[in-house]
Amino acid sequence: MSKEPVAVVGVGQTKHVAARRDVSIAGLVREAALRALADAELTWADIDAVVIGKAPDFFEGVMMPELYLADALGATGKPMLRVHTAGSVGGSTALVAANLVAGRVHGTVLTLAYEKQSESNAMWGLSLPIPFQQPLLAGAGGFFAPHVRAYMRRTGAPDTVGSLVAYKDRRNALKNPYAHLHEHDITLEKVQASPMLWDPIRYSETCPSSDGACAMILTDRAGAARSPRPPAWMHGGAMRSEPTLFAGKDFVSPQAGKDCAADVYRQAGIADPRRDIDAVEMYVPFSWYEPMWLENLGFADEGEGWKLTESGVTELEGDLPVNMSGGVLSTNPIGASGMIRFAEAALQVRGQAGEHQVDGARRVLGHAYGGGSQFFSMWLVGAAPPTS
Amino acid sequence: MEPIRDIAVVAFAQSDHRRTSDELSEVEMLLPVLHEVLDRTGLKAGDIGFTCSGSSDYLAGRAFSFTMALDGVGAWPPISESHVEMDGAWALYEAWTKLLTGDADTALVYSYGKSSPGSVRDVLTRQLDPYYVAPLWPDSVALAALQARALIDAGETDERELASVAARSRADASANSHAQLRGPVPQGDYLVRPLRTGDCPPVGDGAAAVILAAGDRARELCERPAWIRGIDHRIEAHSLGVRDLTDSPSARLAAERAGAFERPVDTAELHAPFTSQEVVLRKALRLGDGVRVNPSGGALAANPVMAAGLVRIGEAAARVHRGESDRALAHATSGPCLQQNLVAVLEGDAR
Repeated sequence: MSKEPVAVVGVGQTKHVAARRDVSIAGLVREAALRALADAELTWADIDAVVIGKAPDFFEGVMMPELYLADALGATGKPMLRVHTAGSVGGSTALVAANLVAGRVHGTVLTLAYEKQSESNAMWGLSLPIPFQQPLLAGAGGFFAPHVRAYMRRTGAPDTVGSLVAYKDRRNALKNPYAHLHEHDITLEKVQASPMLWDPIRYSETCPSSDGACAMILTDRAGAARSPRPPAWMHGGAMRSEPTLFAGKDFVSPQAGKDCAADVYRQAGIADPRRDIDAVEMYVPFSWYEPMWLENLGFADEGEGWKLTESGVTELEGDLPVNMSGGVLSTNPIGASGMIRFAEAALQVRGQAGEHQVDGARRVLGHAYGGGSQFFSMWLVGAAPPTS
Repeated sequence: MEPIRDIAVVAFAQSDHRRTSDELSEVEMLLPVLHEVLDRTGLKAGDIGFTCSGSSDYLAGRAFSFTMALDGVGAWPPISESHVEMDGAWALYEAWTKLLTGDADTALVYSYGKSSPGSVRDVLTRQLDPYYVAPLWPDSVALAALQARALIDAGETDERELASVAARSRADASANSHAQLRGPVPQGDYLVRPLRTGDCPPVGDGAAAVILAAGDRARELCERPAWIRGIDHRIEAHSLGVRDLTDSPSARLAAERAGAFERPVDTAELHAPFTSQEVVLRKALRLGDGVRVNPSGGALAANPVMAAGLVRIGEAAARVHRGESDRALAHATSGPCLQQNLVAVLEGDAR
């Protein structure tokens, strides 16, 4: 018994913005789904099942919203699954959908993730005081800032590295018509002069709060053969989880992230990620997470990740471009952010990334994480079908 | 459709479902259930290939509530793990697909829900269309009553038959030490006409866990595995106005896709929180008088929201394990008036 190969034949996104007051939640998700169907030149009737993901239901104030969204996503009479694995959910949702194809349960699956954060205040939604639990303080930044500080102390990285990441990602976003932030007048000086929010994280080194949705059409070998545009082929995918807090946890480089990457590389036959992978869309909600994940994912030795960033390796024109789309730093509808990473990886190997296309991208990694640096989901997609 | 790999439920455990569990956090409620289900197979957490859970942030009243439950699993070293914001029956479905791919040979599935801290009738209104329906706060009992009224008006049932479903369920629950309502329960006054208190499920807290295993691994772990011959789930339109509430086409389609109609089943565990919903499901699933329906007492005896569907699969599997059933149907539901339905067909090897 072998797995059915999985191909991405359609990708659709909304133009991510701070508030989509012109559409309902149903209207938002349908927009992304229709764009993915159009990209694949398929109709609702071609879809066998729908797998939807988003972060906490409290963000929009709708409990288990997939029930209400069944009609808008053409799911009536079909199977519909709803995934929720915190910030990694967009990636996990795609992987659950991929398993339906790989396990030969369905031929063609629509997978979609969204967040309409303008319906509430996400920062305070993430800051609920829970009895007997460590407080997350004011939003995710309050939780992650100490771990960034630990990374700086551990590696001796200069203070400026974070601003370099933000400056790069915000410039990349200018080449992505779907990105939320389009700061045409961005300069490195402006990033470095922006207010300190959670020391050492400045305002311009922080992700925005976005309304947006992202959808993909996943299909089997037969479906890929009918695809009007080049498909992206899945070469490996994995999820890993570890507890939020425990003695000995390494918040700077969590074991679950290392294990997840190792599993994906094993499936995809990647011996040396730095050499074998052409580009990365990784989940960087705060600038410093780029060098941190470069090490966690094996692109740099421990303590060396910041040097790749500083020397320009991760620039769009660099040797290992990271977050060509502008990343989470430019667009963050939380539940969708992981799927956007996966979808942007697929666009790159399909040669469909437009102005932010990396020439000759053949193998690209999509990465997402969530919770207290504890939930990881990743996939590696390629321009060629998997050989095994 | 024939699955490409033989996968079975090899163990099931559940908590005692109770009206309140104020003294316990979710993870404290869950932990003994996880230990019990692992003990039944001799497996340790680290032996499990894939873990998947189902729960609801709205029930817990806080975002990311499932992350704390992970402490009960002991996810260290890191584990391959996922979560659905759905009843645990759908977590089992995700785990089943994972095992189908061959990436794992065993899976731990769990779910839990505490309805006691809030008013679950009000909480469930937040599932409804947020623009046109939720602002009216129609609660879960009122919506089920609309369905019951439609059934009675269509001549499909009457209040006497509904009362007999309630009485049979609680009488059967006498033999189920985990059930919340056991033995004779008065039908009581109307809660929302035509439903009386006896037609409605108890409100309570509980947890459940199941272990799945593939092929020979299943035979090693269980004397008589409950093989999943088919499993499928379908959703209907959300608006009650466009649905025929006296029927369940999604349950029928899921049953058909799961192969339920290929041969008769001897047992059915139906997730019918209201007596009237058992009437709808019996018809949609074509269950004749010879089928033993809800020997556990069903959701009318214990309805831990988010776990009650997984409990149905576990109860059906446990009867196969014990040799009390050779072919059982298990059903789970979600959403107002049976909007979404899952059907699994479980079989034991010939004796």
